[in-house]
Amino acid sequence: MGFFKAIAVMSAVMFSQLVAADLVIEVTDWVKDPTKIAIVPFRHEGVAIDQDMAAVVAADLTRSGQFEALSRDAMYSSPSKANEVHYRDWRALGVDYLLIGHSQATNKSVTVEYELFDVHRQKSLIKSRVGNRKGSERAVAHKVSDSVYQRLTGIAGAFSTRMLYVSVKTFPAKNKNTPKQAYQLILADADGARAREILKSSEPILSPSWSPDGKQIAYVSFESSRPAIYRQVIATGEREKLTNFRGLNSAPSWSPDGKRLAMVLSKDGNPELYVMEVATRKLQRITKNSAIDTEPSWMPDGKSLIFTSDRGGRPQIYRVDLSSGATKRITYTGAYNAKASLMADGKSMVMVHRDDSGYHIAWQELATGRLIILTSSSLDESPSLSPNGSMLLYATKYQGRGVLAAVSLDGGVRFRLPSPSSDVREPAWSPN
Amino acid sequence: MKNKLMSVSTSIVKKSLFLAIVVSLITACASNKQQEADAAAAAEAEAAAAAAAVASAAADAASVEVSIDTAANLESVFYFEYDQSSLTSAARAALDAQASALRDTADNVRLEGHADERGSREYNLALGERRAKAVADYLAIQGVSRSRVEVVSYGEERPISLRSDDAAYSLNRRVELK
Repeated sequence: MGFFKAIAVMSAVMFSQLVAADLVIEVTDWVKDPTKIAIVPFRHEGVAIDQDMAAVVAADLTRSGQFEALSRDAMYSSPSKANEVHYRDWRALGVDYLLIGHSQATNKSVTVEYELFDVHRQKSLIKSRVGNRKGSERAVAHKVSDSVYQRLTGIAGAFSTRMLYVSVKTFPAKNKNTPKQAYQLILADADGARAREILKSSEPILSPSWSPDGKQIAYVSFESSRPAIYRQVIATGEREKLTNFRGLNSAPSWSPDGKRLAMVLSKDGNPELYVMEVATRKLQRITKNSAIDTEPSWMPDGKSLIFTSDRGGRPQIYRVDLSSGATKRITYTGAYNAKASLMADGKSMVMVHRDDSGYHIAWQELATGRLIILTSSSLDESPSLSPNGSMLLYATKYQGRGVLAAVSLDGGVRFRLPSPSSDVREPAWSPN
Repeated sequence: MKNKLMSVSTSIVKKSLFLAIVVSLITACASNKQQEADAAAAAEAEAAAAAAAVASAAADAASVEVSIDTAANLESVFYFEYDQSSLTSAARAALDAQASALRDTADNVRLEGHADERGSREYNLALGERRAKAVADYLAIQGVSRSRVEVVSYGEERPISLRSDDAAYSLNRRVELK
């Protein structure tokens, strides 16, 4: 197991060196009995490519924590076609499944034909082909991973998804004044690779939120020395300032239909929830309470919000119906529950929960109130669910640095994504 | 409020040696307001609040023989307890002195609210605003018009200390008057 782990981490590091600011994945917990799979290097024809796509697939599956990829050094042969596969050899190596493939590239496109075999039953499970424009080898490999993962687990893979996060470099201050910081909003693949800056500022950036179609984002930027909510189109970089009210402009959250943004404004005195119709910028005030109301998250039907409020004295999660305004408290375990985010079925949520040992990410079922604490470090925050609901990303501190981390909802798989050069925080997993 | 100040003044007389040390510490930092806070920081979080109370009480207490150049040495950073936005007696004392100086000018004031790193970021943004508003409200009662005061919260985004311990948290839960 240790040997397999070392290989997995190494291959992730190798690829992340292609772009200096990429995050480095360190898987720390695997499922108890991971499925063993051999992923043979894909035979390549045509124009050279600079990505080892089979290694990307191996890193993807390993990172899920549910698979253990056989080291290439241990392989007796490198089949790339079905008639080159000798099941006995792979059985002898203790693998359950075998993935082979061959890739072709022209100056314009790259394609992979791949086949997945069940080694014990000696049969082919998938035979397929995936392609894209030249230069998108990683995306092609992630598609192969998605397909293999779905076939073997029954759950849609999330390897082709992306994430947003905030990266912060801090410079020591003279005379112990407030340290100077440089903020970047980063878009990266879900494996931390291909990190690219989409906004840079010397003032804080926070609360990145995806539109449901994955094409736009909203976030809070202090670039005008006050908080304001911005909307930005990912593909074009086109952006607009949506709110710039006196006081707080924070916590934007896109409605499931993509037409509205829930947000927090304190323009009328103290932090209240509002819903903005994006096209017209028309605002509807949702809460009216002298306490802090913040961190809205949409129910899947778009008819109510859950949010954090300290109206009971301590921060807890409440639910408000948008048409009637009826409000109901939904957390009762613990003295601090905040930043809740609903699962796709609307039946449970993840949130920041404090207990005697600190601030953790917890899962709670809405109907029963049953609560399970998923993380054990003490400064965990900003939970963001994967689109297939099987994992969540969150921010924590590790060895004094802000790092991203992930945990499977069953708690069995954990990995960290530290940055080699900065503090990273505020992850937001893309919806697709 | 008055009673608390009085009792602080009384204890100052009793602890004149401590006062002398604190005052020399503060004056050694010249006139930089930020350094004043840092001197207190070095002497531990609790001391920060204590130094502010002592410095401001000393400015008020004519019977104490140490005099301070009030304009240059006014405390401009006010500290708060965990998840609290109520002003400590030290902060009130320091704000009395600030209000008195501000009444003599027409300058606009910016109050920046901050929180420690624990808990969620947006909640902390709201908490920082509530703290800055508590300061603005107190200044308003002291005759500094609310229209001169801008409140901006940075939540946990702009810490003074980057460490993750109680001393750092005490320094970071603050409102800065600028």
